[in-house]
Amino acid sequence: MATQSFSQLEVAMIIQTKPDVLPSEITPQAVFNDRRSFIQNAGFGLMAGAAAFASPKVFAATVNSGATEGAGRNKVSAVYKPGQRQKITNYSKTKYGAGEKLTPYEDVTTYNNFYEFGTDKGEPAVNSRLFKPSPWTVGIEGEVKKNKTISIQDIYKLAPLEERIYRMRCVEGWSMVIPWIGFPLAQLIKFAEPTGNAKYIEFISLADPQQMPGVNLPVLDWPYVEGLRMDEAMNPLTIMAVGLYGEQLPNQNGALMRLVVPWKYGFKGAKSIVKIRFTEKMPLTSWMKAGPNEYGFYANVNPQVEHPRWTQSSEKRIGGGLFAGRIKTQMFNGYAEQVGQMYAGMDLRKHF
Amino acid sequence: MLIHFKNTPDKSQIIKIKAFLFLICLIPLIRLFWLGFQDDLSANPVEFVERSTGYWALFILMGTLGLTPIKLLTGVLWPIQLRRMLGLFMFFYACLHITAYLWLDYSFMWAEISKDIIKHPYVLVGFSAFIFTIPLAATSNNAMIRRLKMRWKKLHQLVYLIAILGVVHFWWLVKKDIREPLLFAIILLILLGIRLYYKQLAKKNSQSEIAKSGNSASAEYSASVSS
Repeated sequence: MATQSFSQLEVAMIIQTKPDVLPSEITPQAVFNDRRSFIQNAGFGLMAGAAAFASPKVFAATVNSGATEGAGRNKVSAVYKPGQRQKITNYSKTKYGAGEKLTPYEDVTTYNNFYEFGTDKGEPAVNSRLFKPSPWTVGIEGEVKKNKTISIQDIYKLAPLEERIYRMRCVEGWSMVIPWIGFPLAQLIKFAEPTGNAKYIEFISLADPQQMPGVNLPVLDWPYVEGLRMDEAMNPLTIMAVGLYGEQLPNQNGALMRLVVPWKYGFKGAKSIVKIRFTEKMPLTSWMKAGPNEYGFYANVNPQVEHPRWTQSSEKRIGGGLFAGRIKTQMFNGYAEQVGQMYAGMDLRKHF
Repeated sequence: MLIHFKNTPDKSQIIKIKAFLFLICLIPLIRLFWLGFQDDLSANPVEFVERSTGYWALFILMGTLGLTPIKLLTGVLWPIQLRRMLGLFMFFYACLHITAYLWLDYSFMWAEISKDIIKHPYVLVGFSAFIFTIPLAATSNNAMIRRLKMRWKKLHQLVYLIAILGVVHFWWLVKKDIREPLLFAIILLILLGIRLYYKQLAKKNSQSEIAKSGNSASAEYSASVSS
């Protein structure tokens, strides 16, 4: 069942697997070994950066042409090139998001809140050009039978990949519709074998100051930490995404693996996850630390609970252009039927 | 004194400088149209227009407030003649900013807009700043200056409040990375600090003058400096 979901990319990654080395440790070595392409890519990155400064459109065109060219050239190469657009071939379509109008690929990949790569939404696409998400391993620890480390190849084997078209609502008042590729988080939890004490899960993102320039700024308390209650994590809607639009997750969208919880505000979806910790107590997330009166643990999309900064009763759908106006924000981002019962009896104004 | 006089532009030169500055101040607007026609206003064009017009309104306001410190520090007087135009350009971009907010962002949904203004401090602060700019723009012509006399000066001191509210508006709207609003706050502090310093200096001078001779001419001098 699992092997059928192997794509050309995964095979390519297996060839160069070094599961005993952490992603954060591998970089300097990898950059050293691969210094020619690093230099090439650095040049390309600078060029792309300059182009982006002049015009985002030029940048997008550069990336696309460069990437397509790269993909063609490296078809049989085992080396993962940053910025390369890798197709994922074996995934199944699902009923989720039927009838939704997708947010254009260009918007999904150039308008990102990923502070590790810069606080401006255009920055991650540029600053993550040199990021190498491969090889990738995820540590599993805390309230589990046994601490373990799992490579992305083994994660792929946990469950077949499926496409989920989800709405994503950012706390800042904008939203997108994104065709993710991933698998239910529940599958990974099953593999992790949590103990009876595990009530919450903490997701810890990579914070590598060498690859992620934003980590050098004290904007948030790095590494980025997010969390879910166990039942939220087990909900069939919750997925670990490894791709979007039929290809491997672009770096700026949280390569190699990120969380997607469609009924919560976007910041709950931790990107570039390297560690998963099962805990008895509610984790203190990065945004809760940064603004306790603005960002709660639950962060469920809720048009009735106001935010001190942004209107939550309506939202701007990205991709509509200048004159599209706003649309009404739905309770639990429109997923109330699937998730509402988890919060029955809870005061959602208090537990925002 | 003679050199100083020679460096002061005459009337026709001032007109040229003003025309040049006028064109410079139009660049942010032209840029928006240019990017707009190429569909290059980022994935969130409404936010882009809001941010851009707000940024330039604040930037030009800092320029407006920078002319008096130039006068105080260097004694060069002629740039003061550019103040009205800069102030009006600030108002122009503030109008574009609020139009983008009311129209492009909220499509004139008044219930949503009033809720947004009341519930969110940064919007309230920004909105107040805009309201205060209206009387200043309305009384910026020569006729009003003549009519209001000393009250005009008093009224136009509102600009300090507007600048503070504008910077607070920017500060409160950013989520976590406060570098840009911090820069504006520092610039504003410097510009207002120079004024205060000279005001204190004039006060001290006039006090010692009065103590010495008891003549009131210096008090008049100090009043003119402190403006």
